[in-house]
Amino acid sequence: MICDLCGKKPATVHLTEIIDDQMKELHLCEDCAREKSAQMEQQFGLSDLLAGLAEFEKPTKELETERVKCEACGLSYTDFKKVGRLGCSECYISFKKYLGPLLRRIHGSNYHTGKSPSKLTQVVKKKAGLEELRLKLQKAIEMEAFEEAARIRDQIRDMERKQSKDSGKSKE
Amino acid sequence: MNLNDLLNHTSEWLKGTGPHSDIVISSRIRLARNLEKVAFPHWADKKQNEKTLEIIQQAVSKIDFLKNNGFFKMGELDSVDKQLLVERHLMSHEHAQKSNHKALIVDGDEVVSIMINEEDHIRCQVMQSGLNLFEAWNFINRIDDSFSQQLSIAFLADWGYLTACPTNTGTGMRGSVMLHLPALVITRQINRVLAAIAKLSFTTRGLYGEGTQATGNFFQVSNQVSLGHSEEEIIGNINGIIRQIIEQENQAREFLLSQNRAILEDRVYRSLGILKNAHIISSQETIELLSVVRLGSDLKMVKDIDRQTINELFIITQPAHLQKIENKKLSSQERDVKRAELVRNKLNL
Repeated sequence: MICDLCGKKPATVHLTEIIDDQMKELHLCEDCAREKSAQMEQQFGLSDLLAGLAEFEKPTKELETERVKCEACGLSYTDFKKVGRLGCSECYISFKKYLGPLLRRIHGSNYHTGKSPSKLTQVVKKKAGLEELRLKLQKAIEMEAFEEAARIRDQIRDMERKQSKDSGKSKE
Repeated sequence: MNLNDLLNHTSEWLKGTGPHSDIVISSRIRLARNLEKVAFPHWADKKQNEKTLEIIQQAVSKIDFLKNNGFFKMGELDSVDKQLLVERHLMSHEHAQKSNHKALIVDGDEVVSIMINEEDHIRCQVMQSGLNLFEAWNFINRIDDSFSQQLSIAFLADWGYLTACPTNTGTGMRGSVMLHLPALVITRQINRVLAAIAKLSFTTRGLYGEGTQATGNFFQVSNQVSLGHSEEEIIGNINGIIRQIIEQENQAREFLLSQNRAILEDRVYRSLGILKNAHIISSQETIELLSVVRLGSDLKMVKDIDRQTINELFIITQPAHLQKIENKKLSSQERDVKRAELVRNKLNL
């Protein structure tokens, strides 16, 4: 088999490209393959890398993530994937579902333990709700602090019981 | 404060003082902060960025230890001025480009500098000479508290400070230490050390930060992870790794002294000879030779040139500094002549 690109040397590398749902097979010689892979590397900047990480777990949700937009600034998740930068602080809430796993992949954690703005400290502490407790539980389990984990688990159960009473019907 | 004032004094971080200043040039902490519900600079329109700049400028005017600092609007500086600030490590290359509605705040000692509307609304840094991350942290922490009393800073309890790029989310903090590691380079151990640093999720960069190559045996080590650890933990981790690198560099220096003293002395004095006598010299060659002379000075081979003079020469021989000193635009060839003259004058006292 002869290389599809230069048409001279024998093809030793076989590549499958999928562009817009069209599958294309390429048979390349070693030199052309090297050039092609250099081109591909150039196209994949940091943003693709980040977005790639974000997509890693849920390849089937592609369509859904493309439609999500931040209501505050209008940036779509697709925009974020292109530039690797979010549009405003509200994007973190609009894309919470996708950013959680992404942050975990980048930092190995998605739970902040550092300082908080002095003006906010009190408010933030009051807000500490179910979501935060679940994150704390996750962290405690990771650190193998099982006694602490059991304590948090009981807190979560209490809180869930209260919430289901409040709403009158149980969810999930 | 005037930009020319910067030329007439030595930045705090270049003074060559502080713990381990034979190997550690400087310690730097930077915090990334954003205003709540305001579009980040890259996504905002001009009008919004202008407004952001105004809001932050107003907040700064109410903060006691910032209000009297130099305030430079990027749009009002020419390219040499901006380059000067980059060369002095007061701001990033990125901040010098597309300069509309960007500004820089600098204090007189060049310890604090704050970029407004770079990648994030506020990028504050504190630089110290030697290994001094905790001191830098204590200072920047106070500045940050003052900002958060004046402004609504974007923050979520579970994810911390919200930044334009998710790689900075959490503490929004990056601690960097600039190291001079000539003996590890000469003994060819540096790649082993750099590989170990990378494995521990730290990054190494060159003299001028992101995307720059390591020249003159300078390496900047900083944390990669900003979420999941407290600021003190991150700083403690950096300190730990830096202490190990210092130890390795010291061992390599001792090895060179005991095994190859003559070769080392020859390199040091040849380098000094070229610097003291050259009439044309490039910026690259200057940095490389100064690095060897600095090693000679650390090992007490060179006694009549102090660390501060050498540290300063690394910076004032850069292109924008030469042009500011000469007060005119210089071509690359003209700079090579002026650079050689400046180095001769400083070293032949």
